[in-house]
Amino acid sequence: MYFDSFSAFLQMGTHGVYVWSAYGISTLLVAGNLWLAYRGQRKVREELRRLARREQAGQ
Amino acid sequence: MIWNTLTRWYHQLGSPRYFYRFSEIVLPWLWPLALLITVTGLIWGLAFAPEDYQQGNSYRIIFIHVPAASGALLGYVAMGVAGLVNLVWRMKMAEVMIKAIAPFGAVLAAIALITGAIWGKPTWGTYWEWDARLTSMLILFFLYLGVMALINAIPDPRQAGRAAGLLSLVGVINVVIVKYSVEWWHSLHQGSTLKLVGKTTMPPEMLTPLLISMLGIYLLFAVSVLWRARAELLWRERKSAWVKELR
Repeated sequence: MYFDSFSAFLQMGTHGVYVWSAYGISTLLVAGNLWLAYRGQRKVREELRRLARREQAGQ
Repeated sequence: MIWNTLTRWYHQLGSPRYFYRFSEIVLPWLWPLALLITVTGLIWGLAFAPEDYQQGNSYRIIFIHVPAASGALLGYVAMGVAGLVNLVWRMKMAEVMIKAIAPFGAVLAAIALITGAIWGKPTWGTYWEWDARLTSMLILFFLYLGVMALINAIPDPRQAGRAAGLLSLVGVINVVIVKYSVEWWHSLHQGSTLKLVGKTTMPPEMLTPLLISMLGIYLLFAVSVLWRARAELLWRERKSAWVKELR
């Protein structure tokens, strides 16, 4: 590791607030977006299965 | 020979059924791999890369800022290509791709803007300046939102796809402006760190984690596109035989 201690790593000199907020916000945005993409296709598949069951019940 | 292979891929991946099966094979290993590469690059950049002699530790923001910005630009070019393909050949798959690319592209553009603003405070003394690079990047973000809004506003998916394709294609001009803004105008923003032609001035201890983070973000982009394209394909093709066989 480049830093001498874990607290130095968190502080990053005087730039800790900037670096950690940038990483935090980015992680949240990317993770949230990927989660929506994953859930989207799962939901379509469930919806199609539901439609298929209804079709079969109607016949 | 290469041309034949490329045209075969084009036709195969242009078929909804083949594309769906392709995504089914690729996704189970692609998403963990993409995550692993991204996390490796970011931790390396945060904890192991040396400090910058001018900017201190604030420069570590570069390991997200540059991958996000370049990903947003590349994603828009990909949408532009899909827009062109759709305008010329009326290809359904191209419409699906535009819709699948836009949301993650918009998020990357937003990340580039936000991390850039945070980085600007300790480096330039300001979060925001109406400078050529920053303003054209903000326009890129709005173009992504515009493409998404257009698709949502038009009920017929084929018409929506054509309109979104046209906006994607025209908007590529802005990508060129973003890319060269730091050379054409006097800008607060520093010049390009990575160059297509010529030598990069960044030392390898910083360059390696940056390239790894970029690869990771691009792969995450691909994963999000595949997931969104699957959802769109299944819904559009719900009445076709291959989708009915799936369930």
